[in-house]
Amino acid sequence: MQEMTRKDLMRKIQEVEFKALDLNLYLDTHPKNMEALMEYNRCVYELEQLKKIYEMKYGPLLNFGFSPSQYPWRWINDPWPWEQIE
Amino acid sequence: MWIYEKKLQYPVNIKCKDIRMAKYLITQFGGPDGELGAAMRYLSQRYTMPTEKAKALLTDIGTEELAHVEIISTMVYQLLKDTTAEELEEAGLGSQYVQHGRAIYPQDANGIPWTAAYMQSTADPITDLHEDLAAEQKARTTYEHLLNLTDDPGIKDALRFLREREIVHYQRFGEALMDVYELKNSKKYY
Repeated sequence: MQEMTRKDLMRKIQEVEFKALDLNLYLDTHPKNMEALMEYNRCVYELEQLKKIYEMKYGPLLNFGFSPSQYPWRWINDPWPWEQIE
Repeated sequence: MWIYEKKLQYPVNIKCKDIRMAKYLITQFGGPDGELGAAMRYLSQRYTMPTEKAKALLTDIGTEELAHVEIISTMVYQLLKDTTAEELEEAGLGSQYVQHGRAIYPQDANGIPWTAAYMQSTADPITDLHEDLAAEQKARTTYEHLLNLTDDPGIKDALRFLREREIVHYQRFGEALMDVYELKNSKKYY
């Protein structure tokens, strides 16, 4: 994970977060499905690890106190999601 | 409250400008069956839902729709980025350029601005969830029409993802509706 390119690491985060999102919607209407819930919790853990690596390298993914920042305040750094990386 | 995540839900890889597709795609931002209307519809309807499942589902799908607004906006932005005023005018976007330049503005493919009249919120959970089911199908159809109008693999890839999400949302809304019916039948609710 440490030596992945920015694009590949982001892609991996998008994959795991998508899995979590889709399980989240499924659990909304199937709250007693234990298997889906365990898979969701596994995603939460994996996503935490991936985001920690990404944020150390490229700055905060979240605003309003959900991600720490190195100096100087890195939240403002380009690129924004609508801008092409590279 | 909402927090912003500095990433797209799904990657967008636009290789070259395409004014024609940008003009069509914008309807999935601010058109009658677009993502902005979807987000506003679900996030407005959630307050008067009677079940825990429906409140959670409308919150979560409404939030996902905001991520889809960002995907569509990003696509339109990148498709128009390196165009000249002359090229925009030639492609029939001269009046668009005069009013908005290359900015992202919530409108349909004919330039009609977004309006709350595209959505309903009635406090009747059965009525609202039926509207939501229809909205997901209408958006699916629109994505299919857009897919029929381009061969660009980058545009097609993102549109296929968005189309697929309409189908999943439809499925979940159907389950939430069944749950509301069950509640209604289990006690005299109204």
